Amino acid sequence: MLTEVRWHGRGGQGAVTAAELTAYASIVRGLYALAFPEFGAERRGAPVTAYNRISDRVIYDRSPVERPDIVVILDPSMVNLETVRGLKEGGFIIANTAKKGQELRAILGERYRIAYLNATAIAMEVFRLPIVNTAMVAALVAATKVVDLDAVLEAVRARFSARLASLNEQVIRRAYELTEVM
Amino acid sequence: MAKLPGWRELPRGAVILEPGSSVRYKTDSWRVLRPVIDQERCIRCRICWTYCPEPAIIEVEEPYTTKTGRAYRISYRIDYDYCKGCGICAEECPVKAITMIEEVV
Amino acid sequence: MGRKVIPLSGNHAVAYAAKAVDVDVIAAYPITPQTAVVEKLAEFVANGELDAEFIHVESEHSALSAVVGASAAGARVFTATSAQGLLLMYEIMHIASTMRLPVVMSIATRAISAPINIWCDHSDFMAASDTGWVMFMALNAQEAHDLTVAAYRIAEDPEVELPVAVGYDGFWLSHTVEPVEVLDTDEALKYAPKRYRRYVLDPERPITMGPLASPDWYFEFRVQLHEAVEKSREVILRAFDEFGRSFGRTYRPVDGYYTEDATVVLISMGSASGTALAYVEEARRSGVKVGLVNVRQFRPFPEEELYKHVERAGVVAVVDRAINSGSAFVGPLYSDVALTFFKRGFDIPVLDFVVGLGGRAVTRRDFDEITRRSLAYLGKRMRDVKQHYAFIGVRE
Repeated sequence: MLTEVRWHGRGGQGAVTAAELTAYASIVRGLYALAFPEFGAERRGAPVTAYNRISDRVIYDRSPVERPDIVVILDPSMVNLETVRGLKEGGFIIANTAKKGQELRAILGERYRIAYLNATAIAMEVFRLPIVNTAMVAALVAATKVVDLDAVLEAVRARFSARLASLNEQVIRRAYELTEVM
Repeated sequence: MAKLPGWRELPRGAVILEPGSSVRYKTDSWRVLRPVIDQERCIRCRICWTYCPEPAIIEVEEPYTTKTGRAYRISYRIDYDYCKGCGICAEECPVKAITMIEEVV
Repeated sequence: MGRKVIPLSGNHAVAYAAKAVDVDVIAAYPITPQTAVVEKLAEFVANGELDAEFIHVESEHSALSAVVGASAAGARVFTATSAQGLLLMYEIMHIASTMRLPVVMSIATRAISAPINIWCDHSDFMAASDTGWVMFMALNAQEAHDLTVAAYRIAEDPEVELPVAVGYDGFWLSHTVEPVEVLDTDEALKYAPKRYRRYVLDPERPITMGPLASPDWYFEFRVQLHEAVEKSREVILRAFDEFGRSFGRTYRPVDGYYTEDATVVLISMGSASGTALAYVEEARRSGVKVGLVNVRQFRPFPEEELYKHVERAGVVAVVDRAINSGSAFVGPLYSDVALTFFKRGFDIPVLDFVVGLGGRAVTRRDFDEITRRSLAYLGKRMRDVKQHYAFIGVRE
């Protein structure tokens, strides 16, 4: 089965790395996965899009994901229906936001499943920086089980130095617990 | 002219296998004017030898004594097999001991 | 050490390949999207994981010149570039091939300026197609890795001794993380052992390389090069067969998918072939008789292998990712495909669709449009085609 994920964030929040960690975790589990960014000007603050395709079969399609199963939004200011354009009916929105429950439902409507997490709060507490990518990978995993948490932690340990990996592990475990699925 | 080898016979990539084979390539026919050294005027300063781009100035162990009694242990000669007649030696010679004369065929 | 599948970007897949064949000399100048190849190799050398001379150069012209010199001295060499960098190497590319030096280069394909654009198309790769290099184009990161390893076996084959370039799409492959089975040094070197070369620069046995060749001599050396490129066809096939036996992945100069009964055959290169295949599988499910040929080997152009896949087609649609403006053919891949038909007296409409210039995405929808537009010419002959080319995905 093919799962397509689209990540939205702003430069500096780590959307590309989030997609790469998700692919890494999937590949570690024997799945075929692609992670690729929408290659724009690489600067802080610019809107960034990245993609995952994850499947149990070889994936040939290399074009940008236009009809995602899941949209992950790293930037609270981007949590709106314009960001999720193309999301499949009944698809998942995973949002970094301080908003909760019905407040979020009112913005995003009834057509999609919603999971949310105040990832910025967790990142500020642990890193003192609003780098929310690993928290949002944890939210993705908590909500959709597209891959398991241990595989994500393995990806994090492969990607980061020991010190950063340990901080990210804290973030990921907390985010995994705090993710609310509606 | 001898028949030249075809592409199959030539060494791969235009490699030349014989070291120093270019000595067989004489460039004397390029010359329009030929340099001639006046051994009387030459002060053996070696400037022509230094400047010759070929190099076609040869330093030889050939003692020479001028009419005024100045004795040298060496002399300079032109290697006419390779001299292209460029005239740099004549231009650079500080005592005008080298003249470019018409090549006589 | 056994082989393992690890997540790698296309760039890193190429760097791991150069490491696996234990290159002796690397010289490259960084340019997007190739930069990560050189960074990774620099890291390998700095860590002591790869015992190679890493020459820092001030331009791509120097990068290729440096590896040409090192190759002439008998070293196994690697360089990599993209776009303007490749154009700056262009002069030296001819020197590497006619001097018969087995240089291996990876090209993360990128559009050529102006306007400045760092994204993918095949303008750079195609501009190098008349240089006498063997040229491959990878379909995914695994191929970029595998073809780079195979490139050394082909380049250094005593019957070939030619430079080899491995193209892989900038960003679409160079920056995409995907599963890659990485070959380790022992098995890669067993497959592509460093060979004794007959002519190398050696002070003990002086020879001359790169001399002047007057009109009495020059022509013969260009014919030598031409014949070597032709000869490489069979050496490539053998190298691919042996690769399959050693590592379980057998490559061919072209791949055909659903071509046996296809009415329309798409012909494509690089990562777009992957998207095209996804489209073809989808279209087949809804009854559209479309097939696909992926061209992996661009030089020497595999006419025979290609023709086998298209001789039963009603219409052929070539998908080009570059333009040769003002030419009779427009798309460079088209020129080789069209001549393949012409030389065999086969008269069906052969159309050219230029797509994806400067990083514009090529989608399944684009292939659907190409297929539909091609079907309109079914039953016609080439002379019925008013204009043989079209641009797909451009604003009017």
